[in-house]
Amino acid sequence: MGKRRGLEVSVGAAEAVAMADVDVIAAYPITPQTHIVEHLAELVNNGELDAEFVPVESEHSALSVCIGASAAGARTFTCTSAQGLALMNEIVYIASSMRLPIVMILANRSLSAPLSIWNDHSDAMSVRDTGWIQVFAQNGQEVFDHIFFAYRVGEDPKVSLPVMIHVDGFIVTHVIEPVEFWEKEQVERYLPPFKPISRLDPERPVTMGAFAMPQLFTETKVAQDMATTQSMEVILSAWEEIYKITSRRYRPVEAYRTEGAETIFVVQGSFGETLSVAVDELRAKGEPVGLVMPRLWRPFPFELFRSAVKGAKNLIVIDRAISFGGQGGPLAIELRSSLFGLPAPPRVINFICGLASRDVTVEDFKNIYERAVDGSKAPVFQEDFQFYGVRS
Amino acid sequence: MKGTKELLTWKEIIPGNVILNPGNAREYRTGDWRSQRPVWDFERCIMCGMCYAFCPDAAIFEREDGYYEADYYYCKGCGICAEECPKKAISMVEE
Amino acid sequence: MLEVRLHGRGGQGAVTSAELLATAAIEKGAYAQAFPSFGPERRGAPVVAFLRISDGPIRLRCNIVRPDIVTVLDPGILRIVPVASGLKGEGVLVVNSKADEEEIRELTQHKGKVVKVDATRIALEELGLPITNTTMVGALVRALEFISIDDLEGPVRDRFGRLAERNLKAMKRAFEEAQICGAR
Repeated sequence: MGKRRGLEVSVGAAEAVAMADVDVIAAYPITPQTHIVEHLAELVNNGELDAEFVPVESEHSALSVCIGASAAGARTFTCTSAQGLALMNEIVYIASSMRLPIVMILANRSLSAPLSIWNDHSDAMSVRDTGWIQVFAQNGQEVFDHIFFAYRVGEDPKVSLPVMIHVDGFIVTHVIEPVEFWEKEQVERYLPPFKPISRLDPERPVTMGAFAMPQLFTETKVAQDMATTQSMEVILSAWEEIYKITSRRYRPVEAYRTEGAETIFVVQGSFGETLSVAVDELRAKGEPVGLVMPRLWRPFPFELFRSAVKGAKNLIVIDRAISFGGQGGPLAIELRSSLFGLPAPPRVINFICGLASRDVTVEDFKNIYERAVDGSKAPVFQEDFQFYGVRS
Repeated sequence: MKGTKELLTWKEIIPGNVILNPGNAREYRTGDWRSQRPVWDFERCIMCGMCYAFCPDAAIFEREDGYYEADYYYCKGCGICAEECPKKAISMVEE
Repeated sequence: MLEVRLHGRGGQGAVTSAELLATAAIEKGAYAQAFPSFGPERRGAPVVAFLRISDGPIRLRCNIVRPDIVTVLDPGILRIVPVASGLKGEGVLVVNSKADEEEIRELTQHKGKVVKVDATRIALEELGLPITNTTMVGALVRALEFISIDDLEGPVRDRFGRLAERNLKAMKRAFEEAQICGAR
């Protein structure tokens, strides 16, 4: 294993991108993504990374550059947050539909308005259906490991799809913490050179991203959906290989102390680590409680999720985003739907909190637990969800 | 590779719907769309090439003798050449 | 686990202080976490940074509300921010101040141990700037058990390059000149 270094998670992420031998980076600065891209710019400028850094004038152009470069067979990287992603949105769909294995870190941040630079998952949820493979990373080490994972999965000819790594802005991106690096040879063995299925080549011209008549459109989309669903096999083997290299085990659905749990928390992103401490404290008091974290968001591991929560009476789903006028937060809606039709499914109790980085502590999670399991303290149970920690 | 008229199944689609035979739009007979055809009066034509320059489908070609004419395999009969001809040498005739 | 909250002003480098200590702890094989009170960086505005050090992996991703140590990088902050809020009774307050102990206790209401040093003067003398981040790390080390000034040499050299020497000197001076006032 490589050296264990104390550094900012963003810097570690950029170092991993450099170790992945990326060819083209195109990005436009937006908080809290900036430190990742700044460090990459520095590496390219200092001659430490032989890559093309394209300082574009917008996120729309950033991903457009990546699409062109990826279509020509280059390994590409981009990175954005919130409004940047919103401006990029049109191209986000095109990247996946053209089946280009671009890798993006989304430093998760609230979508305006009101203007907020802080963290939540409103940007992540806005691109749920864009056709990218999506994973949530909870800490610096996971971000670092998942850069290699993302290229390996996306570039696999059976997959050929872009991969997005969700990282909580500030709460994870700006933290200085230990990250264990990989050795150069380990990265090279894990991540073979990118060999695209088709590529732009003046010697052997092809047409990419062309028009399709309705007779062909649905078949194209079905092929894309099948590739997304069937990527699971490649994803599992990519994680298995990481385990062999690092002894770190990653799973589509992470479970923590769920054995015998009557109530299971379900969260994504950095909530998980803090919550695991709350679970320990509740378990110490004899509360039958556990924690499940769907790491893989797309393709969603339905079967694994159902078995992870099997036997639980209550699921406390905590969302970091709102579906205005909808039936709770986007995560709860997805999970509730995945449980529909099961005999005796667990009750889904949905809370929304932590918007715009509002601090959610171990105490808060314990309060949420108390409210969820004690019906008398939660008079709004008939409703589909409730906000936690809101002044009324 | 199947032609444009054959319908691929989802399993046959090349990832990203990449078209491996570029320029295959050439096979497309857009001349079928025409209801009127441009006809040249070579008595009036001064070989200025305005029709050639204005044709939005590049369906007008220069003949060896220097006159211009439409390739009716592609010409959609839009009438722009007739409109632009400074000598009114092109008339649109019902198919 | 040890939890430290640092109070300063934007531009004074509270985050850098936390970063230096976290890096030093990680290089010693421990686990550490340093992070800013996330927000726009505004020079002069009161800011907070956080530091956790532990011998096992740190799973907390929230702010520190019950710190073991509070460090104040700017003397003026004592009058405008309740710096000792949540500070454990047996916790330590490390302040940059030339005020006497009584005044500091009156301003902060902290009855536990106080480490005080005139870091602004040291920083001006050694660095020519009233930027007290490295200087206050020296005072903070007085309150830590498992990190020594020597442990900080590597991180300071990595971070400051040719300016490292002067910063190390300021740090060492603060370590030596810091006055320790026992708990009441």
